[in-house]
Amino acid sequence: MTLVVEDLQTQFPTRAGLIRAVDGVSLQVGPGEILGLVGESGSGKSITGFSILGLIDPPGRIAGGRVLFQGRDLVGLPEEELRRLRGARIAMVFQDPMMTLNPVLRIDTQMIEAVLAHEDAGREAARARARDALARVGIPSPDERLLAYPHQFSGGMRQRVAIAIALLHKPQLIIADEPTTALDVTIQGQILFEMRKLARESGTALIWISHDLAVVSGLADRIAVMYAGRIVESGPARAVLAAPLHPYTRGLLDSLPRGAGRGQRLVAIPGMAPSLGRLPPGCAFAPRCSRATAACEAMPALAEAGADRAVRCIHPLGDAA
Amino acid sequence: MTAYVIRRLLQAALVLFVMSLLVFFGVYLIGDPVEIFVAADADQVERARAIAALGLDKPIWEQYTSFVQGALGGDFGRSFVFGLPAVTLILQRLPATLELAFAAVFLTVVIGLPLGLWAGLRPDGFAGRTILAGSILGFSLPTFWVGIMLILVFAVQLGWLPSNGRGPVAEFLGIKSSLFTVDGWRHLILPAINLALLNIALMIRLVRAGVREVLPLDYIRFARAKGLSWGRIVGVHVMKNIMLPVVTVLGLELGAVIAFAVVTESIFNWPGMGKLIIDSIQRLDRPVVVAYLMVTVAIVIFINLVVDVVYSLLDPRIRLKDLDH
Repeated sequence: MTLVVEDLQTQFPTRAGLIRAVDGVSLQVGPGEILGLVGESGSGKSITGFSILGLIDPPGRIAGGRVLFQGRDLVGLPEEELRRLRGARIAMVFQDPMMTLNPVLRIDTQMIEAVLAHEDAGREAARARARDALARVGIPSPDERLLAYPHQFSGGMRQRVAIAIALLHKPQLIIADEPTTALDVTIQGQILFEMRKLARESGTALIWISHDLAVVSGLADRIAVMYAGRIVESGPARAVLAAPLHPYTRGLLDSLPRGAGRGQRLVAIPGMAPSLGRLPPGCAFAPRCSRATAACEAMPALAEAGADRAVRCIHPLGDAA
Repeated sequence: MTAYVIRRLLQAALVLFVMSLLVFFGVYLIGDPVEIFVAADADQVERARAIAALGLDKPIWEQYTSFVQGALGGDFGRSFVFGLPAVTLILQRLPATLELAFAAVFLTVVIGLPLGLWAGLRPDGFAGRTILAGSILGFSLPTFWVGIMLILVFAVQLGWLPSNGRGPVAEFLGIKSSLFTVDGWRHLILPAINLALLNIALMIRLVRAGVREVLPLDYIRFARAKGLSWGRIVGVHVMKNIMLPVVTVLGLELGAVIAFAVVTESIFNWPGMGKLIIDSIQRLDRPVVVAYLMVTVAIVIFINLVVDVVYSLLDPRIRLKDLDH
């Protein structure tokens, strides 16, 4: 396994009390595998990504759990050792390409510094690497584009640059935090295709964070669904999508427009995602769940449910409940 | 760029023209210099001769026309008091003021920038809070009081530094300046600190606010995710983004300290332009007042032009032609 996360706890103290943004998340991803991490805004999926890289800013902190990257626990590692991993072995692509590149620095500056942060290559060698990386993600006339500033690129091109930066050191793990959300659908398709090809060809493990089940369904090998800081269901993508066990996963699938015919109402999950500061004591989804009973006031455990699958629900679907 | 600079220079000429009108007639309204220059016991004939010598016997608009004609050729008239060309008087005093101004700006950068960075990077630490609190003092203490206190402590009580005047001048590369003598520095330190204090406070708050604004942004987190060192992130990614307001304030400050070092120059008896202008206003020495303001306005306009050009160099998203509006 490239990455094994065990019982990760990331917390933010606030005036309203302790926010458990990530509460006992465990997941793993192997070489060449694509894990889709799915959830609504505020479910803790991005924080999980940042926690793996150790990019949680104080007063937030990782309060417990382990992040085993190639067998080595990253939690509590000195900043300098984390820095050497970041960008070199574990890379990250962010959600909003308009915000990830520094607006006042040229593309070449931002790419060359990324090369030189991990390798003692000369500037010219670094520049050549940067140019090749741009070409690999399909940016035309990379030599010219290296001299441009981010505002001279479209959103899709900027995300390609960010991906090119992530690929510079051929990392073993890439965490992609909704990298296509801000892009046109056509561009989204291209980038999905390229990322998948990359993972397959180079054996890079990929964690694809998204709120969009439709995107993940076409990309991921495995899916983990997060709700209110916890994983509520995980399993092979095909199995989870074909027969979801958790009512929340079912709700997400039902709210995709593809099932509904013309003129039919889309099914929405009733209610709103709960505030992490005021979670109900038991299953966090219970207030919105049609299957909830009094038993749901106790926290259900993430239990194994069939081949390679797990669900955190007392009344899973497909059960004779 | 060239078109932009030319347009700005034309604007500057217009500003200078309006300025000359306002000042010329403004000083005319303040009082009659004749009452000051001509001895009280002079008789009518002497009086008339003195007035004619100063050119004050002509109607005001005629005086103004001849002033403009002279000014276009670089002649701003002669000082009523010293009998010397006004421009000569000002240029004599200019180096002393420039020394003071540059020293103050230098202090602002080397003290204000690091302190502001520190306070911005560690806003909740003891040092960060202390720096912020200190900057409030820098804002609120009146310049003249701080000047007097500096003299009281460092010149009178401790006797470390001289309290007034400019040090000896030495020549280096054809420039005569007191910066090239040790005693010149000793004379410069207190007035420069006095002049810089408010600007250091301003710089601290500006840099701190800038750092606090930039740090949580995605591109800083992305820079960290690339594995850059903290030094490079702060020194390049943060710094380059907060430079715009810093350059603005430095430009404003340079203009302001050149033009309005009056209080500091008076307290420390610094022989700069500020002291000259105060003396000249008191004596209604109109040619000097007018020439001084023209020179000052020209300097401030020039600094602003430089700031605009630096803007476009610092931030690729700013094009000079956009700054016109």
